[in-house]
Amino acid sequence: MKTSATLEELTGLIVDTSSSLASDVEKALKSACRREAAGSAAKTVLKTILANIRLARRQRTPLCQDTGTLTFFVAEECRKTITPKLLKAAVAKATAMGALRRNTLAALSGKSYDDNVCEGAPVVHYVKGDGKTRVTLLMKGGGSENMSRQYSLPDAELNAARDLPGVEKCILDAVYRAQGYGCAPGILGVCIGGDRASGYETAKEQLLRPLDEKPSPLEARLLAKANTLGIGPMGLGGKTTLLGLKIAERPRVPASFFVTVAYMCWAARRRSI
Amino acid sequence: MTKLQYPFTEDKVRALKAGEAVEISGLVYTGRDKLHKYFADGGVLPVDFRDGALYHCGPVMLAQGGTWRVMAAGPTTSVRENPYEPDFIAGTGVRLVIGKGGMDAATLAAMQQHGCVYIQAVGGAAAVTAAAVKRVLGVSLLEEFGAAEAVWHLEVKGLAGVVAMDAHGVSLFDTVREASRRALARA
Repeated sequence: MKTSATLEELTGLIVDTSSSLASDVEKALKSACRREAAGSAAKTVLKTILANIRLARRQRTPLCQDTGTLTFFVAEECRKTITPKLLKAAVAKATAMGALRRNTLAALSGKSYDDNVCEGAPVVHYVKGDGKTRVTLLMKGGGSENMSRQYSLPDAELNAARDLPGVEKCILDAVYRAQGYGCAPGILGVCIGGDRASGYETAKEQLLRPLDEKPSPLEARLLAKANTLGIGPMGLGGKTTLLGLKIAERPRVPASFFVTVAYMCWAARRRSI
Repeated sequence: MTKLQYPFTEDKVRALKAGEAVEISGLVYTGRDKLHKYFADGGVLPVDFRDGALYHCGPVMLAQGGTWRVMAAGPTTSVRENPYEPDFIAGTGVRLVIGKGGMDAATLAAMQQHGCVYIQAVGGAAAVTAAAVKRVLGVSLLEEFGAAEAVWHLEVKGLAGVVAMDAHGVSLFDTVREASRRALARA
């Protein structure tokens, strides 16, 4: 496998990720649209979403104005060539081309980093590769990020203990609390266990898994349950509240039992080269 | 699907029911956090909102040869304007509030009293929303508020949305939240 990438290739990756939704997500949205009743608010919203996906791809313009936090997952064997410096140059170039909104602010002062580049932006992780993929980019908007949450079991309010029914209560509570605010129908990435930091990281990594892979029995059961809540596209009611649900388990220490839920909007922008 | 054409008179607006799909055409003004605060502080509005539409939107605009081009114009979260919206509706006679995520009980009551509805635009659908804007007719308070907060006068065609709060006291968000709470207890 090739272990380098040019600036043009990486800029192209950003532009394509921003403008062209992954085919498995689009397929899931199409099938959700078919399931909703004619004339329903849910169908209207899904039709608009599908039209938006087609238009953005044709024009090569951003699917969503919130071009989000950019997280690059780079294969370990590319560490020397696909450097944070090169990725930052690609982000600055894509921003200048209009593929990314000016979306990076200093936390306290609110000052804009107009090229979306600074210490800590974009986020770059070097990961164990699969022997084929050099770089995967995930773009996640703020509205959905605000709906992510972490539970610590036992949770008295939810009456959730340190067992599987307790974990299920956390996950369904997260879906209920998100309503349509994270731009439903969304995708959940879940981490059972880990520490607070690795919990969020692992939960977010689950969002990279394709929606058309075979779900585990637990994933399938919880997805079906979540969709009985009837929250629907943009929270206006309907059959599809979630497009997918991916769960991973990580070890924990005896004192801690975290359940971490990463909420992704329908505009689940991810792409690899 | 119901087509709504400016001016959005009280009759047209009171006939709408929560859950109804609409396509909006004609004049729409953007206005968000700064405009609401300005109005609450006694500022004089630069445009007449009577029988008009207020869009909670901070568009991305590109200056191009003396005119403006809309790059993105999706809805922003409306809940931040809750403290101001009942007075804004009462004071201006605005008939459509377009945004994302819905508003509170006091706003719903003001909508019922004065004849106004809340339209949920589709969050994230930036490309189709920008395409629905046919022309930028003008802009107010640009110097004062900046481009994202200014009052843009937009001519739209077929801007898609769903009536999520009607003028009869029905909020789809409340209905759905309550139904999902009951479903959660069963799940």
